[in-house]
Amino acid sequence: MERRHLALIALAAIPVTVLAIFFVLPVTGMVGRGFRPEGHWDLVGVLDVLKRPRVHRVLWFTVWSSAVATSLTLVLGLPAAYVLHRLAFPLRRLVRAALLVPFVLPTVVVGVAFRELLTGPLAWLDLDGTPAAIIAGLVFFNVAVVIRAVGAAWESLDHRPAEAAAALGAGPWAVFRTVTLPALRPAIVGAASVVFLFCATAFGVVLTLGGLRYASVETEIYLLTTNLLDLQGAAALSILQLAVVTLLLAIGARLRPTPTAVTRVPPRPRRPRLADLPQILVTVALLAFVAAPILALVVGSLKDADGHWTMANYRALNTLGTHQALVEPVTTALDLSLRIAIDATLLSVLLGLLVALSVTRRAHTRAERRVRGALDALFMLPLGVSAVTLGFGFLVTLGRPPLNFRDSPWLVPIAQALVALPLVVRTLVPALQGIDDRQRQAAASLGAGPLRRLVVVEVPVLFRPVLAAAGFAFAVSLGEFGATSFLARDENATLPVVIFRLIGHPGPMNYGMALAASCVLAATTAAVMLVVERVRAPLLGGVL
Amino acid sequence: MRKHAFISAAAVAALALSVTGCSVSAKDDDSNAAATGTPTSHASGGAAKIRDVVLVTHDSWFLPKKLIAQFEKQTGYHLVVRASGDAGKLTNKLVLTQGNPTGDVSFGIDNTFASRALTNNVFAAYTPATVPPGVSDYDVEGDDGQHLTPIDHANVCVNVDTTWFAAHHLPAPKTLDDLVDPAYKGLFVTPGATTSSPGMAFLLATIATYGDAWPDYWTKLMANGAEIADGWDQAYEVDFTQGGGHGKKPIVLSYDSSPAFTVKDGTSTTQALLDTCFGSNEYAGVLNGAKNVPGAEAFVDWLLTPAVQSALPDSMYVFPVVAGTPLPKAWAKFAVMPTEPLAVSPTDIDAKREKWLQQWSDVTSR
Repeated sequence: MERRHLALIALAAIPVTVLAIFFVLPVTGMVGRGFRPEGHWDLVGVLDVLKRPRVHRVLWFTVWSSAVATSLTLVLGLPAAYVLHRLAFPLRRLVRAALLVPFVLPTVVVGVAFRELLTGPLAWLDLDGTPAAIIAGLVFFNVAVVIRAVGAAWESLDHRPAEAAAALGAGPWAVFRTVTLPALRPAIVGAASVVFLFCATAFGVVLTLGGLRYASVETEIYLLTTNLLDLQGAAALSILQLAVVTLLLAIGARLRPTPTAVTRVPPRPRRPRLADLPQILVTVALLAFVAAPILALVVGSLKDADGHWTMANYRALNTLGTHQALVEPVTTALDLSLRIAIDATLLSVLLGLLVALSVTRRAHTRAERRVRGALDALFMLPLGVSAVTLGFGFLVTLGRPPLNFRDSPWLVPIAQALVALPLVVRTLVPALQGIDDRQRQAAASLGAGPLRRLVVVEVPVLFRPVLAAAGFAFAVSLGEFGATSFLARDENATLPVVIFRLIGHPGPMNYGMALAASCVLAATTAAVMLVVERVRAPLLGGVL
Repeated sequence: MRKHAFISAAAVAALALSVTGCSVSAKDDDSNAAATGTPTSHASGGAAKIRDVVLVTHDSWFLPKKLIAQFEKQTGYHLVVRASGDAGKLTNKLVLTQGNPTGDVSFGIDNTFASRALTNNVFAAYTPATVPPGVSDYDVEGDDGQHLTPIDHANVCVNVDTTWFAAHHLPAPKTLDDLVDPAYKGLFVTPGATTSSPGMAFLLATIATYGDAWPDYWTKLMANGAEIADGWDQAYEVDFTQGGGHGKKPIVLSYDSSPAFTVKDGTSTTQALLDTCFGSNEYAGVLNGAKNVPGAEAFVDWLLTPAVQSALPDSMYVFPVVAGTPLPKAWAKFAVMPTEPLAVSPTDIDAKREKWLQQWSDVTSR
């Protein structure tokens, strides 16, 4: 065995172990129960599930709604990516940070905000409870991914070929079609596959906005597991989901941009021209679309039960709510959420760094390249597994020594770190790939040992992406609801869990408090994102 | 260079936060052992007694801190609460961890899920030494209090916004039949049977009323513009005219106690329709494989004490099961209980739940 292999194993050992214990084991444990209902294997039973007409309907709805939502996200996101990353105008950073807020808002909150809007000012559209409402919700959540991923690619795109084409007489559309689009294609395909994944595994949006009339694979798994205890059905759907995710990841990996050496001086954004008007209009419309539900939320939080303006909802955040809906006040929950987020961030960045370092080292053999590629894909899998499966899996598999972690206070940060890990890895990998191996060789030939090479070559490049990834992990952890609600305990619930409890308890003040708490959460998230934006790393630069 | 200073400051701050231990690990230091539920033993007269009693329950669990402190003082146990999901999620969690439960005692399984828990041997046999009068009226049929002890009950009923109907000069509906009357087209919202326990209770109310013809009723209900929400909170707080979100629907599925929460200037603005109610009882029981059996038993006993029983209405919006327990003022006045709530036998529910829910989904989804 060569030293290189030992290094790979040493680097990958910790993250692989963590993933094996806290992801692979619980998920296989849960799916395994479905495959062996009476203690022996029953593959026929699982296959029979896939023949149910209802499963076909669910699958079809998931595929078409996700496809439409992904296309719409692209149609709206691409012009916005151009405007926000290629044009110079005041408050550009603030706008970019604001557009990221929905991505990390808890679905409970977005559901409430959207419904406030669809049953209030937009009631005339009659969209409440229709597939259109679901798709609008999905676009709202995911447009930031497109803007980020494609915007970053667009920003660092060499503008000279486009200018040459224009000088040779090509119109703006021809330039876009023949020069810009092909160059952006990897980034677009990558972003589209991530968005499709997020749409296909969306849970809260489909339930809240669809009014239960539409079931997706994810909501069906939830129903089968939590209500009907049909583990066989849930297992069949989980396997189906994993298969689709793996396929998408494979396609994404094939089309993934191979970053050339990191451009140190990105082209300066230029002033808007008249020709940019269509893109600017789309961006303004998108901003309005994203802002409307958030505004509805803010307005709702500033009104009392009778519709008068008040700050009472915010003042009540350090109380237990009407009829004592809560065990701890919202302020305590925020404090705890922040603590957990710090732990989750440290964990996910640490794990993400180890993963990124082990998958980006240059592979010398084809087998080695395959191993590294498989490792890379492995850490994306948490994106495609239902939180219910994972949550129940924790209970089933981590309850006995030596793996008795079920009651550990660390389980929540670990689960959140795993949720954030794919985003962290995808932020760090492109940065590391961008490092020219000759730099390391030069350092080595000048006598630098492995540690010193890391300090002088990798660390300066990684500094900003790491901070950016940390910001993202922090925000994801703050907003995580699905897995957390399974694990959080009563006396120390996180903010999203507390918001959920507030909405679920009658009492005039509780609803207002839930809205106020959501605004606090959104503001905290936006603040974190703004800091990330200042760091300006190519966040999610090469998604997939 | 300002940017660099800013970034460094942020990095230093993040580092400082982590080093000074502003994290769960630091916070939990002293309460760690208690909170994690690791049995902390302390010697008492030679024999070790487990201090923690771990309660596994649903999201709606609540009792005032003062009461819980009393329990802890009287018994010497420390109560640890694990609450998540609704009654269905709770039941399935208990079934999946059967024999190696995440706690010692459970509260919150209702009559629609009791059968599933019992057939899966989730609960150990336990009946409190003294069962107060009235409690056994709510026993699970067939179990008769051997494993599950009734703690509270409530009725899921259609509620109407009386002020809305007065303002629109329309008589409010009274029965399930009225809900399919075109006069009330598009006015009703209910949580779904597949995602909400009260939603399921309403489906059972229609099954109890219409028997095998219930799918026809639901077809008519849907044709009359009934809206189905995800959970009770969506239906009541967002869609109902008297909810926090001031919605558009004056008829909603809620509880018989809900009118006590909409009291304004001495009268309630809402009313429960007593012919539409489905009775729901909640139970507590000692879990099979509990680490602290005496503690679990003490907890079940405590739930039937007058202090807890009289605190139930204000804490969890449910009625006490012990006969003669005094009710809060607003409840005594505005929370009217049906005399004969609709019912379906737990064994029937357990056997047919999947079929019913599938039929229901087929009728209600487009």
